[in-house]
Amino acid sequence: MANPGSLAITVAGADAVRDELSGPRGRRPQRSFSGRNIMIYGTLLIAALYYLLPLYVMVVTSLKGMPEIRLGNIFSPPVEITFEPWAKAWASACTGLNCDGLSRGFWNSVRITIPSTVISIAIASINGYALANWRFKGSEVFFTILIVGAFIPYQVMIYPIVIVLREMGIYGTLTGLVIVHTIFGMPILTLLFRNYFVSLPEELFKAARIDGAGFWTIYLKIMLPMSLPIFVVAMILQITGIWNDFLFGVVFTRPEYYPMTVQLNNIVNSVQGVKEYNVNMAATILTGAVPLFVYFVSGRLFVRGIAAGAVKG
Amino acid sequence: MTSSVSIRDLSLNFGAVSVLQHLDLEIADGEFLVLLGASGCGKSTLLNCIAGLLDISDGQIFIKGKNVTWEEPKDRGIGMVFQSYALYPQMTVEKNLSFGLQVAKVPQVEIDKRVARAAEILQIQPLLKRKPAELSGGQRQRVAIGRALVRDVDVFLFDEPLSNLDAKLRSELRVEIKRLHQSLKNTMIYVTHDQIEALTLADRIAVMKGGVIQQLADPMTIYGTPENLFVAGFIGSPSMNFFRGSIGRKDGRPVVDVGGVAFDLSRYPSRAPLKDGQAVVLGVRPEHIRVDEPVEGLVSHPATVEIEEPMGADNLLWLKLAGQPISVRIAGQRRYAPNTPVTLGFDMASASLFDAGTENRL
Amino acid sequence: MTGQTIARRPNQLFRNLNAKIASIPMILTAVVIFLGGTLWTVVYSFTNSKLLPRLSFVGFDQYERLWAATRWTVSITNLAIYGVLTLIFSLVIGFVLAALMDQKIRFENTFRTIFLYPFALSFIVTGLVWQWVLNPEFGIQSVVRSLGWTSFTFDPLYNADIVIYGILIAGLWQGTGLVMCLMLAGLRGIDGEIWKAARVDGIPTWKTYLFIVIPMMRAVFVTTLVIIASGIVRVYDLVVAQTSGGPGIASEVPAKYVYDYMFQAQNLGQGFAASTMMLVTVAIIIVPWAYLEFGGKKRG
Repeated sequence: MANPGSLAITVAGADAVRDELSGPRGRRPQRSFSGRNIMIYGTLLIAALYYLLPLYVMVVTSLKGMPEIRLGNIFSPPVEITFEPWAKAWASACTGLNCDGLSRGFWNSVRITIPSTVISIAIASINGYALANWRFKGSEVFFTILIVGAFIPYQVMIYPIVIVLREMGIYGTLTGLVIVHTIFGMPILTLLFRNYFVSLPEELFKAARIDGAGFWTIYLKIMLPMSLPIFVVAMILQITGIWNDFLFGVVFTRPEYYPMTVQLNNIVNSVQGVKEYNVNMAATILTGAVPLFVYFVSGRLFVRGIAAGAVKG
Repeated sequence: MTSSVSIRDLSLNFGAVSVLQHLDLEIADGEFLVLLGASGCGKSTLLNCIAGLLDISDGQIFIKGKNVTWEEPKDRGIGMVFQSYALYPQMTVEKNLSFGLQVAKVPQVEIDKRVARAAEILQIQPLLKRKPAELSGGQRQRVAIGRALVRDVDVFLFDEPLSNLDAKLRSELRVEIKRLHQSLKNTMIYVTHDQIEALTLADRIAVMKGGVIQQLADPMTIYGTPENLFVAGFIGSPSMNFFRGSIGRKDGRPVVDVGGVAFDLSRYPSRAPLKDGQAVVLGVRPEHIRVDEPVEGLVSHPATVEIEEPMGADNLLWLKLAGQPISVRIAGQRRYAPNTPVTLGFDMASASLFDAGTENRL
Repeated sequence: MTGQTIARRPNQLFRNLNAKIASIPMILTAVVIFLGGTLWTVVYSFTNSKLLPRLSFVGFDQYERLWAATRWTVSITNLAIYGVLTLIFSLVIGFVLAALMDQKIRFENTFRTIFLYPFALSFIVTGLVWQWVLNPEFGIQSVVRSLGWTSFTFDPLYNADIVIYGILIAGLWQGTGLVMCLMLAGLRGIDGEIWKAARVDGIPTWKTYLFIVIPMMRAVFVTTLVIIASGIVRVYDLVVAQTSGGPGIASEVPAKYVYDYMFQAQNLGQGFAASTMMLVTVAIIIVPWAYLEFGGKKRG
């Protein structure tokens, strides 16, 4: 150990040991204000501002009186909060000669949305179940037509439907509109249910058949209880979609049955009288309230519902 | 021997693809028959046809003497156990067991009686009120068997029932299924790709490939005298050692000449006279080769150990002979280091010989 | 044994009878409405139907009149501008937001909720809100002017040259959240080990996105593209609410042209011809996609 060569090695070794002692140890330090983080959160905050701004403007405008709106800017919070515009929008805003506010449209929309949602989901879920488990000759052909049909612009099919409904004597009625919603909801919902039922283990279906259960028994006793989440997804999809519909409402119903969206547009864009922006905004919020409520309550399921359109068969 | 399930000239095509071809199978009353084969060989398809879950293209199916070819699954007198258990997730165990009986409108008293009996046989009484999600894999499979049990049927169909379980549970349930068969004496048709399950459970095994039954026999026959090269290679782990060669003569005795190494065939019980120069495949199971044991009547050749795989009870040696890798199973306590020269002794009486062209046993 | 009770082979028509009965609404919808209705409209687009549909064929007259109409060419131009810009911006913004959201950030759910809520709102609500925000007398323009920049001009809804961009702003506000969600789902679907491998190999994050992740997300991009595109062709409510097609005819779109001619101008033939053109537009988008997506699989 006495020769110089080995001594040098020992010294170098000691250096390494010292390095090990004073060098990085333990948790790697993290800076919360790194350039990367500022960039990420900064961009996200700016984007969030863009998305939130209109909602904010809507709310503050609806709480101001007209004089304050004429004077101030749209971003300033209301000096004097008033719920007058809300009351007016709900109960006495005018569309043409009618001056009973949005409430009529609201109840029309309720009367349209509930049966349309229930019927379209019932039919589509049975379709999806039949397509997944009880294929028959031609079933895939009809399904393909249905899915291709989902891409056809509604405008192409509107008039023939008008004729069919007129022949059936239900053109302009709520029943007619419910049928239209059921028809146009069918492609996406059938796809949704078919894909879900296909994803369930096939052996379950086989076991039920060995147990002697038939088409309806398997659907009601086995499939339905297993598929509650997908039914909720379909409900979210349909409630928001049907509530937000404008085109079918305006084409297929008479004015006394106009859904809320159509009535809202008529109130806001009516050319008669002085524009009451606060009432307009209150009416707009009221119309958006139902789908927004569904959105906030359902959270992740909503995302799943809208992404359902992206699921390929 | 009365026939319990009888399949006659059964064919199944999916469009242009032929899955099962002219298949005949007679299953005796109380027999435990295993359909064994790799995935895609048609074994599960055949089982689904027997169950009535698939419509066949041609042929007939009889169960207990009744032609059920066009019957619904529920009317065939069968119970079925699936690989994924297929328990109805929203129902309790009790409801799972009784669902089929309720659909069939069996009186409640009778349902209770049958469920209680099944639960007792399978020892799942404490689980009756639970949902499938609260059960372990083994418990779920027991319930699935129970569901077939309550149907009070003559024929049980098992579709790879143990494949989703881990190794330990699998061997436990295997024993239990065997015990169940011994006490119930039902006909059981059991599909698996696991040869251990097949060999341990079956009265007879049907080895399948490409929609055709390759060999139908009891386990020992299947293992000892495979009918063709496929069955010989499929059964046994590690698999049989194969040597390609040709029939020749040495010192007046028939031999297989494998690249200059001669295997004496005078002890091999051949079915037909062997022709000189015939191309053949010689098969010897790893346990039919002795290492450094001078026993009378063995065909001996020198070789060198390449790799040793000690497995506890057994020790597996990998060697090379005539340029071909071969495996040999010896007792676990006998150890050999790599590169050790050894003498191999081949037990030709237990060997198999196949025609290289037809691949059938000679 | 063979002679015993043999179940009668069920008639092919009655096999699966319940499934067939249950599928009647689907079959009717597919055949009568989707197939029949579309053919009906296409056939009647070659007639001179006015107030009522009549089968008196006039060849391509309706189409010639359609393409001669300024309102239609404006509509098509608007749709093209709106469509291309919507595709570009919503894909870019949607992907960037998704990539940012994928950096294991805090408050992810809050941000997601904020970006996506406009999608829950109808186009009518969207159009009306942005009509108000972009109102030159009270909205952004007046606010900026009141801050001292008195010559500031931003009145897209009252300026025929840029009105379509005003609609674009609202459309993006409503729809990018969806794109972000689809992209995020795509990003989350990528094997985490890809990221580990890229990190071990020392590849910068942006390069990993550009050269590895985006090519892997091809399917997600294509699907998103199809979803956005088929929505664009239908754009109608947004324009009705935000501008009613104005000023003048500057923000007209094909869907509105169809509605107005069918139900207000009582010139059905024009409506049918215009809607058939919409169908052709969709076919131009969908057919190549369907070919690539499904036709390719059969060969591979």
